[in-house]
Amino acid sequence: MTQSLDRLKESPSQTAGPYVHIGLTPNFCGIGGVYASDLGSTMVNEQSKGERIDLRIRVLDGTGKPLKDALVEIWQADANGLYNSPAELRGAADPNFLGWGRQPTDTETGICLFRTIKPGRVPFSDGRLMAPHITLWIVARGINIGLHTRLYFSDEEEANAEDPILARIEHRVRVPTLIAERQGDTYVFDVHLQGEKETVFFDS
Amino acid sequence: MPEPGSNRTPETGAFFQRDRQWHPPAFTPAYKSSVLRSPQKALIAFDNTLSELTGPVFGHAMLGELDNDLIHNFARAGESAIGERIIVHGRVLDERGRGVPGVLLEFWQANAGGRYRHKKDGYLAPLDPNFGGCGRAITAEDGGYAFRTVRPGPYPWPNGPNDWRPAHIHFSVFGHGFAQRLITQMYFEGDPLIRRCPIVGGIADKAAIEALIAALDMQSTIPMDALAYKFDIVLRGRRSTLFENRLEGN
Repeated sequence: MTQSLDRLKESPSQTAGPYVHIGLTPNFCGIGGVYASDLGSTMVNEQSKGERIDLRIRVLDGTGKPLKDALVEIWQADANGLYNSPAELRGAADPNFLGWGRQPTDTETGICLFRTIKPGRVPFSDGRLMAPHITLWIVARGINIGLHTRLYFSDEEEANAEDPILARIEHRVRVPTLIAERQGDTYVFDVHLQGEKETVFFDS
Repeated sequence: MPEPGSNRTPETGAFFQRDRQWHPPAFTPAYKSSVLRSPQKALIAFDNTLSELTGPVFGHAMLGELDNDLIHNFARAGESAIGERIIVHGRVLDERGRGVPGVLLEFWQANAGGRYRHKKDGYLAPLDPNFGGCGRAITAEDGGYAFRTVRPGPYPWPNGPNDWRPAHIHFSVFGHGFAQRLITQMYFEGDPLIRRCPIVGGIADKAAIEALIAALDMQSTIPMDALAYKFDIVLRGRRSTLFENRLEGN
């Protein structure tokens, strides 16, 4: 026998289910009057610093059909590469940009749109810079544990080429699954849950 | 900057790795919706970077007075939701056993008859005009939280020919880092539907299932008013930074 490590285990995940909107975007699903607005629905205001961009995201199942009941959250640095978080010790982030957003996929088209700013570069643990990226967290009916992936930008080829996380991906043919295509001021990003084009998901 | 709602210096170590054998896997065919929605390829693993170590913070100021009272937060003035009145309370802890302050909890549930206020729910049990089904709270300095609601009913769902969800409340949890982000469900002590549920059954370890079952807590009931259930939530722990690798020059 040894001493006990005296640790607890993380609560196991369970699916967000088909009615996730009731809890996380109640106004979106017609439950008005409980909260003034849905949390995370607006990310930028007039004072937010940085280049305004739109993200047009879909989540596709194993048959290529967009999920119409998913919920996507994003988390990103500000235009200077600083996170608006107490664990950010390098400096103060833009007070007009929280860096977190939440959108349900549209119940008809499966599209979710984020209006945000393009993030700056954030250092990796060894000091090298990561390419600009946005963290995605996806939940839905049928997803037992929230999926973690990243959105990188098609017009950041040089930075992407030296990104330490993208460099981790052994099967290089999968790297483009993480790169959103720029169309004007909009980046288009399809997340494939399965199949040949399955998006790279992370365990971190 | 101190941690939200605390004088503690923020910790910045990486989070304990997730035990993927403890959580349900992505592919659990008895829960049919998972079949076409589960990634099949290996996850790419890496130690947390700043993008996972950081996370948004929500202040107590965002909360409305009735946000943690589902009996009244959708009800007409002077009325209240129908059902068995309960208090759900507990603490949010990390894997090191410490209370986590400033955690945003969002919860949602069916009404006492097992019906959700959602256009996709066609179950024949009636809507309660005084029940919306959502609420939220932020944990105190010791990680504690509480809310008032009615006990949700079980309901049938189209999976197998005759599957019923056990009574449950959904919880969404924000820790201090985005890597702690978690959604789970709370079940009720003694519910015979728990062991028959294909969603619960995706969890292989019996002890992990038990970690999602709230105990009846008679000491926290309000006599002649409401029963109480205690539900603690555990988030990923954080490594100590005492001997963390330093950047060159430090």
